[in-house]
Amino acid sequence: MDLIFLQLLTGLAGASTLFLVAAGLTVIFGVTRVVNFSHGSLYMLGAFIAWSLLSRLPREPDYFVLGVLGAAVATAVIGAVLEVVLLRRIYRAPELLQLLATFGVVLVVQDVALWVWGPVDLSLPRPRWLRGAVEIAGLRFPFYDLVLIVVGPAVLGGLLLLFHRTRWGLLVRAATQDRDMVAALGVDQRVLFTSVFALGAGLAGLGGALALPQGSANLNMDLSVIAEAFVVVVVGGMGSLGGAFLAALLIGVLQAFGIALVPKITLVLVFLVMAAVLVVRPHGLLGKPQAMARGEVEALAPIRPAGPALQVLGLVALLAAILAPFVAGPYLLSVLTEAAVAVLFAASLHVMMGPGGMASFGHAAWFGVGAYAAAFAAKGLGAGMAVGLLLAPFAAGALALLVGAFVVRMSGVYLAMLTLAFAQIAWAVAFQWVEVTGGDNGVLGVWPDGWAADKPTMYWLALLLCVGGALVLRRALFAPFGFALRATRDSALRAEAIGLDAHRLRLAAFVLAGAGAGLSGAVFAYAKGSVFPTYMAIPHSVDALVTVLLGGVQTMAGPVVGAVTFTVLQSWLLMGDFWRIKLGLLIIALVLAFPTGIAGAASAVWDRWRGRAA
Amino acid sequence: MSVLVAEGLRKRFGANEAVAGVSLAVEPGEMLALIGPNGAGKSTCFNMLGGQLRPDEGAVRLGGQDVTGMAPRHLAHLGVGRTFQITASFASMTVRENVQTALLAQKRQAWRFWQAADAQHVGLAEGLLARVGMASQAERPAGVLAYGDLKRLELAMALAGDPVLLLMDEPTAGMAPAERAALMALVRGIARDQGVAVLFTEHDMDVVFGQADRVLVLDRGRLIAQGTPEAVRADPRVRAVYLGTAA
Amino acid sequence: MPVSRRTLLAAGAATVAAPGLLRAQSTSAPIRIGEINSYTAIPAFTLPYRMGWQLAVEQVNAAGGVLGRKLEVISHDDAGKPQDAVRLAGALLDETKVDVLAGGFLSNVGLAMSDVAKQRKRLFVASEPLTDALVWEQGHRYCYRLRPSTYMQVAMMVDDAVKLGAKRWVTVSPNYEYGQSLVKWFKLLMQQRQPGIEFVAEQWPALGRIDAGATVAALAQARPDAIFNGTFGPDLTNFVRQGNTRGLFEKRGVVSVLTGEPEYLEPLGDETPEGWIVTGWPVESVTDASNAGFIAAYRAKFGEMPKMGSVVGHATITAIAAGIAKSGSVDTEAMADGFKGAKFPTPFGEAYWRAQDNQGTLGTYVGRTAVKGGKGVMVDWRYADGASAMPTDEEVRKLRPV
Repeated sequence: MDLIFLQLLTGLAGASTLFLVAAGLTVIFGVTRVVNFSHGSLYMLGAFIAWSLLSRLPREPDYFVLGVLGAAVATAVIGAVLEVVLLRRIYRAPELLQLLATFGVVLVVQDVALWVWGPVDLSLPRPRWLRGAVEIAGLRFPFYDLVLIVVGPAVLGGLLLLFHRTRWGLLVRAATQDRDMVAALGVDQRVLFTSVFALGAGLAGLGGALALPQGSANLNMDLSVIAEAFVVVVVGGMGSLGGAFLAALLIGVLQAFGIALVPKITLVLVFLVMAAVLVVRPHGLLGKPQAMARGEVEALAPIRPAGPALQVLGLVALLAAILAPFVAGPYLLSVLTEAAVAVLFAASLHVMMGPGGMASFGHAAWFGVGAYAAAFAAKGLGAGMAVGLLLAPFAAGALALLVGAFVVRMSGVYLAMLTLAFAQIAWAVAFQWVEVTGGDNGVLGVWPDGWAADKPTMYWLALLLCVGGALVLRRALFAPFGFALRATRDSALRAEAIGLDAHRLRLAAFVLAGAGAGLSGAVFAYAKGSVFPTYMAIPHSVDALVTVLLGGVQTMAGPVVGAVTFTVLQSWLLMGDFWRIKLGLLIIALVLAFPTGIAGAASAVWDRWRGRAA
Repeated sequence: MSVLVAEGLRKRFGANEAVAGVSLAVEPGEMLALIGPNGAGKSTCFNMLGGQLRPDEGAVRLGGQDVTGMAPRHLAHLGVGRTFQITASFASMTVRENVQTALLAQKRQAWRFWQAADAQHVGLAEGLLARVGMASQAERPAGVLAYGDLKRLELAMALAGDPVLLLMDEPTAGMAPAERAALMALVRGIARDQGVAVLFTEHDMDVVFGQADRVLVLDRGRLIAQGTPEAVRADPRVRAVYLGTAA
Repeated sequence: MPVSRRTLLAAGAATVAAPGLLRAQSTSAPIRIGEINSYTAIPAFTLPYRMGWQLAVEQVNAAGGVLGRKLEVISHDDAGKPQDAVRLAGALLDETKVDVLAGGFLSNVGLAMSDVAKQRKRLFVASEPLTDALVWEQGHRYCYRLRPSTYMQVAMMVDDAVKLGAKRWVTVSPNYEYGQSLVKWFKLLMQQRQPGIEFVAEQWPALGRIDAGATVAALAQARPDAIFNGTFGPDLTNFVRQGNTRGLFEKRGVVSVLTGEPEYLEPLGDETPEGWIVTGWPVESVTDASNAGFIAAYRAKFGEMPKMGSVVGHATITAIAAGIAKSGSVDTEAMADGFKGAKFPTPFGEAYWRAQDNQGTLGTYVGRTAVKGGKGVMVDWRYADGASAMPTDEEVRKLRPV
């Protein structure tokens, strides 16, 4: 009994920490609709700044409070700068593009933090009062954990007061309901958004600063916290502070008891919770269906098949790709092989994201399933490459059918997060089911059959399967199926009224996307010779998103342009130093320069030029 | 035989009974208007007939077949065409592609993955657009159409399935008066020529009394009057509802 | 302090960014080592590691190089992803035309590179990856591994662990192959040595995301006599702080892998728990000639104390140099045979490449933790030679199918 009480307190302290990180994220999303991927970076900066301040201040409680608040304020200022310099310029762009920009920020901050604070974990020497414990039921419980248990609800209370008892809060809430209405009231939206972003960033900084005494400021904090923060926000219902608090409590307490009962559950627990909650409540615990952001539907320009000029350009590019092995060296060839894989990977995501209107944060799952299917064919069945390449899309498609039944009922960020949850569960299975998958050591020796062993042949095979696969997908998008799918995205109401089954169409798009990604994963497995859980980890899903967004969601050429650009850029930058800051800045520059993606911008320029010529 | 028959429809939202026992029937070729003040239950009624809502009680029959609570997409295949109060079209397609998509859906050809969609049923689509006076705009993106044109596009899409019944929720809302009369005259012509039954709600009394063959008046979830436009216009209960009890 | 870090980074960047600098010094064509490691993903270990190999390259070349040729290292970052390492390995072999591949921190990166080496029949010298699979289950003639494996790390501490005389044990280890294989070996070796031993609870925190409060509470609930720990880095700091405050470590023996390495000990500071049995490197108190010489040269070049990573980076180069010298050629087949038995100097003293499984015998230090002047240190330490922490040749033959 006492033990249960103590474990409950431990869970509450964990919940408070989770809530502090998630609160800022949910506040920012509620008002600005920005899915702020860099929230973890702000959290990390909060911890590092707190270390810099606190290691110079006297070690008394009042200075501790001062230092923590100072770190929060400093992070808020950084957040405000980020909003003014970057995000403000792209509020009119498609929602997910902001995610891409904030992903660029993550990369930049990683190198900046390494440069400023160095590679060693920085821990704060704890004064006696921070190390203390109180005796509860004969067992020791950290005093600081008690502080945290109080801080979480206190911050919640403060935020609720701020939002419900001040004019600023009223305006912010009004903006959450209807941005244009607030603008009509004569309030400068820009100031409102900047202040909200600063508040959210400050909360992230506060969370990071308060985490410092429990461990250290280190360079892995950003990514280790961001996934869980998103989970809390989504489980709670995006934009709902109360929901985030409830979700943090749920996850914190489940975690405390869960790992005592099932120790190996640590990798997936939060994602299992998220999947379970979203399946039952598609908008989280306290979330409301998202009002469609205005201007979103109008933003969709009609998609047209390629004109003659573009078709010629495409053919020339394809011809160049086919002839590449005669001029390219082996390294360039392996980069091009990866680019071909990336084309199908991106094109398959594009099927569900563009015409299907379903963004996925977990697309790497299907890539991984395909890769493991190939590995299983090679190692488990001892079969040739053809079997693996055939098995992969079916395995990925079958699993996508199973998962899709839950996923396609949802929409927006919730849908994306449910795909993330399933991808993480798949990743954890690959990671932990060592007997079958080899765990994180992966499956080795998945090399192609002899006839395809040399680099040019493997490249041509990849080109045939991946570019061919992408062309087949493209064909389907211009076929009646693609029209029907786009119809369900543009207006589900109208689509149903003319007799279309939106659910099944979306499910079919999901399965098609899964199968396409699965095939790309299998090709990748044979090209690399090995399969690892990293193939289905979050960063790889992010790669897919970045690729599609970089190319442009609303053009059919987008994924191809994005895949080739991103693969070549990344592999080239990775050869040099400080590639993260370079890649991050480049992504940010591309987002600012081409808010509709590279292909989107190119087609706009083309239209304008033709307009003038005509 | 009546095209559509509804018997004793009831729908309750919490404590509020939005529709409290409505029965109606629409005959082939008939223009039937459903009117009533705001909150009378018109939309709820409409959504129960159109499959968006399932009635708590009562039944809906289409050509004798029980279709109570049937999903809109199944109704569509049984010959129910629908337009909405707030227009809904496919913004990322051209006007012609919108109608082609409707034709593909109605002909159960949506699950084809290979042939090019924009080469399908071109003549049919253009014919439908010509009928609603949209032929000249066939290649424009649907997302940039004027409101009245969108209404006509919706009508063309609703007609794509050769409907036996058209359900039109506020078909002329947001249109200029001259346009309204023209659109409804068009609908009326279609109803006459093809024997299509039309059930519509409308705020504009000129449209109602000018175009409807019969009018149903709904108030607080109940039918309080029905009959020819002249009879309904003269009904004191209707006048009371619309002009207040003082009348 | 920040200043020294900045110099550290600048030093690293400058030399790697300009490999031409090293190339220019050589008259005949240099021997090229293609090196890949997780520089951005695991900087706490790999940046000192880079400084270590930079020092070694400088020293080897100053002494006249190998086979009369200078050494040149071309280094890349794998971003912690095996698939990137595979591509870069290809680039190094095909474009840069390196003679030897080296590097790796993460086990899966090491295995991926090893598989490339096997496929392409080129030599790969794994420096840090600890997984046993590298030389046993997945071992092959083209892959050599320098550091003591998970098995060896555990085997080196078992004597001291048995002496604790503890009956009820709990384990806490990160939830991935490294952590799992540590616990597997520890249980196996302890059960062989101490019949009747019980393992009453285990915790598997996610790497980098430990919920330290809940983990410590769950371990305490099992009322163990002793604890086996495999966590390291930020997880270890969080775990130790919660454990200290909640009194988990009081009157309990703790056996903890890698904790004595300076990169992991330093962040623990004055909260370093005393008396833990750890592997690591007592950099403050080693005084023998080879350690002292290495530390002095390193401090002279970089202005700070070396870390364990520095030792591994340094020894990687000297081990490769010795292997090539013994082979008398950079022909892959010659090296695959010639490395066997080659002796090489390391900061810890002389080691060699085992002939039976291509494992390096570089050892590590086993000792106990203590706090001196507000810093964590290792005391009562001894050097555990890698050669003495191996299973019998008979067992190795069973484990290594090639």
